[in-house]
Amino acid sequence: MIELSPFIIFYIGALLVLVSQGHVRKVILLVTPLITGLHLWFNLDAGILTTYSIMDYELTAMRTDKLSLLFAYLFCLASFIAGIYSLHVTDTKQHVAGLVYAGSALGAVFAGDLITLFIFWELLAISSVFLIWARGTERAFKAGVRYLLFQVMSGVFLLAGALVYYHNTGSLAFNHIGLNSTAGWLIFIAFGIKAAFPFLHSWLTDGYPEATVTGTVFLSAFTTKVAVYSLARGFAGEEILIYIGVTMACFPIFYAVIENDLRKVLAYSLINQIGFMVTGIGIGTALALNGAVAHAFSDVIFKGLLFMSMGAVLYRAGNINGSDLGGLYKSMPKTTVLCIVGALSISAFPLFSGFVSKSMIMVALMSENYGYLWLLMLFASAGVFHHAGIKIPYFAFFAHDSGIRTKEAPTNMLVAMTIAALLCIFVGTQPQYLYALLPWEVEYWPYDTTHVLVQLQLLFFSALAFVWLNKQGLYPPELHSTNLDVEWLYRKLLPASAQRGIRILQRAKESMMTTATTSMQSIGKTFSRSTMAKYHLSESWPTGSMVFWISIVLVAYLLLDILGT
Amino acid sequence: MSSENKKDEKIYFFDKPENVKRVLYVFYTLCVILVLADFVIHRHVYLVWENIPAFYAIYGFVACVALVVVAKLIRKVVMRKEDYYND
Repeated sequence: MIELSPFIIFYIGALLVLVSQGHVRKVILLVTPLITGLHLWFNLDAGILTTYSIMDYELTAMRTDKLSLLFAYLFCLASFIAGIYSLHVTDTKQHVAGLVYAGSALGAVFAGDLITLFIFWELLAISSVFLIWARGTERAFKAGVRYLLFQVMSGVFLLAGALVYYHNTGSLAFNHIGLNSTAGWLIFIAFGIKAAFPFLHSWLTDGYPEATVTGTVFLSAFTTKVAVYSLARGFAGEEILIYIGVTMACFPIFYAVIENDLRKVLAYSLINQIGFMVTGIGIGTALALNGAVAHAFSDVIFKGLLFMSMGAVLYRAGNINGSDLGGLYKSMPKTTVLCIVGALSISAFPLFSGFVSKSMIMVALMSENYGYLWLLMLFASAGVFHHAGIKIPYFAFFAHDSGIRTKEAPTNMLVAMTIAALLCIFVGTQPQYLYALLPWEVEYWPYDTTHVLVQLQLLFFSALAFVWLNKQGLYPPELHSTNLDVEWLYRKLLPASAQRGIRILQRAKESMMTTATTSMQSIGKTFSRSTMAKYHLSESWPTGSMVFWISIVLVAYLLLDILGT
Repeated sequence: MSSENKKDEKIYFFDKPENVKRVLYVFYTLCVILVLADFVIHRHVYLVWENIPAFYAIYGFVACVALVVVAKLIRKVVMRKEDYYND
């Protein structure tokens, strides 16, 4: 009982939510992550191994160490905050999906073997898609299907990799895997899909903005962070991850600058932030890995906060396009302030959470002599501030007054955002508490004069660039538009080429049919002119044709018989 | 909405252009102070580029201008109508 795997509490919570309603349900929604968190904190220490066996396989349902525990604390926290944020929702399936989803994330980080990991990997996929489908539009339904396809594909790679891995090593234990085997690559691709590696990322930017107001808050917290956790455990120090991570940090910011849907901007910036974590995992030193994990922690809170603030805008204004918003600070001043806290945190302003976690990865890049990559990451850092730190609050709450007058966000949303904002500031000002939870032993302190000064210079002058570009009229205006990304391949190119293929086949079929009928007709004519046509059996065309075909069959038998012997 | 608009005739902080100017002046002053600080405070330097005076300020500004210029070029290639995918 004491070593109860925490995902079970979430699944029980989900069942109770299913059969309850009103205030009882609200209490269950909040108590579930709360008691799970307390159970984790007081009952579970590093070093627990709980095994079970299916057929002949010895599997590990729960393995605790500092790495899995940190992610588990984070997931309870995220689920608690998202739970408060969604208290006003009456849709049962969203609440059930949210709890099963969070519980599966817990199950995945405690999974000690690849099969258990696979089971939770798929449960994550299946539960989370309901948060997209719950939007109820056809657009969301289709986006959900595409999202699910990617997630299931990731699961297929994971299962295939796990089986090959077992075949090769005779073990299913989920520890360092590395990239020197086929199994390693299969599992790497599985993790890569869920971590939104470049070219495998479109499920995220396609799916997340289509989810419900509260659904996106859940989505942003779990799937990608489970992938980051899995990469940190299985592939730490694989150099290719540095290059993948830098690419992930850099390319989305261009899209984020020109994207109109502000929740999609945040989806791109989510990939950008995962890029920092993936880079840290690739470097693989204790400092870099701690940085990656710490940044995952900060990111869940501040990205959650930003998604919550944009969700509040969507909820109140009914719109989340930068082109149609503006001036909302007048109606939603509290949401504005809370959004700005999130913006400062993601931009890594000193005293906010992003600063104390991202800097570890930057310092690790420097000290491992990746100078040019460090420059690119510095560019990405400036870019984050530009699109997430300035663009999001500016176009939603300031810019030109759109004339939209609405109400402040509902109280439960404000409470959830306030908790997240306070956590951002707490982690930013008191980083020692987060650092104490980090898995690897290393001395690091982010606050020194040089570091604070250079970060402020970088950020202030990024902001200055924004002001200058705006004053010069050079800043790209927010426009109603769709920007082509990788999903174009399967949403446009693939269907178009498939249709084209079908059309070509159809045309081929038609021409074949016409050739066949004309030759048949000419054969019929020749036959009716022949002497055989005079016989009684062939008086009418059907019988005549029957005789004709029977004779052909007989000839064929004869030929086969001759050739056979 | 329009009836709410009429009630909402309050002048907000950023409705006054002089307030916007004031905020911007404070911001510019901070920018200047940060650059000046670069010459007063001794920074630890790990990489050669960091020896350039006000390296981070210059880099931040140039990076963001470059980001926006390139993004605008990308827009020419990737931007389509909102209903491009017909859903």
